[in-house]
Amino acid sequence: MATLIEYLSYPFVRNALIVAVLIAFCSSLMGVTLVLKRMSYIGDGLSHVAFGALAVASVLKVTNNMLIILPVTVVCAVILLSAGKNRLIKGDAAIAMLSVGALAFGYLLLNLFSVSSNLAGDVCSTLFGSQSILTLNPTDVYISLVLSIVVVIVFIVFYNRIFAVTFDETFAKASGVNVSFYNILIAVIIAVIIVLAMNLVGSLLISALVIFPAMASMRVFKSFKAVTIASCVFSVFCALLGIMIAIIAGTPVGATIVACDAVLFLVFCGIGALRPS
Amino acid sequence: MPPLISCNNLTIGFEDRVLYRDLSFDINSGDYLFVIGENGAGKTTLMKTLLGLKKLLGGEIKVSSGLKLSDIGYLPQQTVVQRDFPASVFEIVISGFAGKSGFKPFYSADQKKLAVENMNKLGIADLKNKCYRELSGGQQQRVLLARTLCAASKVLLLDEPVAGLDPYVTEEFYELIRKLNEEGITIIMISHDIPAAKKYASHVLHITDEPTFMTKRQYFSEGYGAGFAILKDNGN
Repeated sequence: MATLIEYLSYPFVRNALIVAVLIAFCSSLMGVTLVLKRMSYIGDGLSHVAFGALAVASVLKVTNNMLIILPVTVVCAVILLSAGKNRLIKGDAAIAMLSVGALAFGYLLLNLFSVSSNLAGDVCSTLFGSQSILTLNPTDVYISLVLSIVVVIVFIVFYNRIFAVTFDETFAKASGVNVSFYNILIAVIIAVIIVLAMNLVGSLLISALVIFPAMASMRVFKSFKAVTIASCVFSVFCALLGIMIAIIAGTPVGATIVACDAVLFLVFCGIGALRPS
Repeated sequence: MPPLISCNNLTIGFEDRVLYRDLSFDINSGDYLFVIGENGAGKTTLMKTLLGLKKLLGGEIKVSSGLKLSDIGYLPQQTVVQRDFPASVFEIVISGFAGKSGFKPFYSADQKKLAVENMNKLGIADLKNKCYRELSGGQQQRVLLARTLCAASKVLLLDEPVAGLDPYVTEEFYELIRKLNEEGITIIMISHDIPAAKKYASHVLHITDEPTFMTKRQYFSEGYGAGFAILKDNGN
């Protein structure tokens, strides 16, 4: 406990906690929609794309990685969503190709052009997050802050229509909702969340941050609003718990957070099973 | 009075495959039209074309001047996603207004009131806070119908609403629709249920390669429906 309090007095730890809470909050918002629209795999695919973009950014030595990663991921999100309707290339196959391709090219680029002496360590840290959340500079914190606030505001403003599109796309379209616009909006929000979450858990573990809270809350709660709020609380709680454990035990942050998510998910499953319907 | 919806020489199908041509029919205010035909004949495709969800391949659909596309409510077939959707009944019913809110992010007090009225009308007011996935098939269908009533109040397009319901619940649902029809709502119903068409319809549209449209009386007296019904009965 004393270690923890000592750590909390460092500004970089406090920054990490603030950013972690924000990211955990945002990523859980869209979880329910993603799971219910059977789009969980899009989150997974996009996170690999983000890794590829990160590799490009570090090879080009851009001062701020986000400037490349964010637009590339957003564009890919839009492409993937429209590919879902394309009959020539099946949606899921397109996603698999894009994501694996991005992963391969990213690693290749890093190998060919990297100046770092510890390539394996670098790659590992982008894939699994390791300690990058603890080494954020003030700009990163600022960007995360702004992006998270934007995501939350957009979600609240469009909440009712996101619900309508998630529940029944055909009906929503027939009743005058601009479904393709909202699908693209959902994809863009996901892309932003993934780029944000790369800092926290690394690109391979992002989907966990999106899916676990939603799946857990769906077991226990019965209205869309309750499920959404519960996933946010679930996600923030796991992120904080994970970081604390990681600091005390010296484990990798991302993996620890996801492990917390997984364990708590099982607890929720238990509660859901015990609860009379 | 001009017909509510007037369809002239429609060509219906997909972009690479025409299902049928030269379909003409009128729907007047207060009609109760049954669209019947075999699986894959193109009933749902016709509905989606009427709603503007699919491209019209030929012909024209004229809508009377007082009717907007948004006055036509659609009750689609249930999807797999919906069966385990975590949402309360009220959340689903009020989502019928999602296309009507313009730029307003939240539902107005009036819309909430209307949603409750529609739930009362369909006898599901007591389910308001229940979880959709825990309801029976008939209750779920009523919830979706209440949502459709929120979206539109003049014309309802129902796509096989009684599929998968037991006979008693089916009968209840038909009575509900009849009540709405008597209140002046025009009904277009896709169904396999010939006896129900005989009981409730005012007009019948039989979809085949060469669709036929006539009043119920003509349809059943000319033996089409009778023949079809006998075939169906033997099949069961």
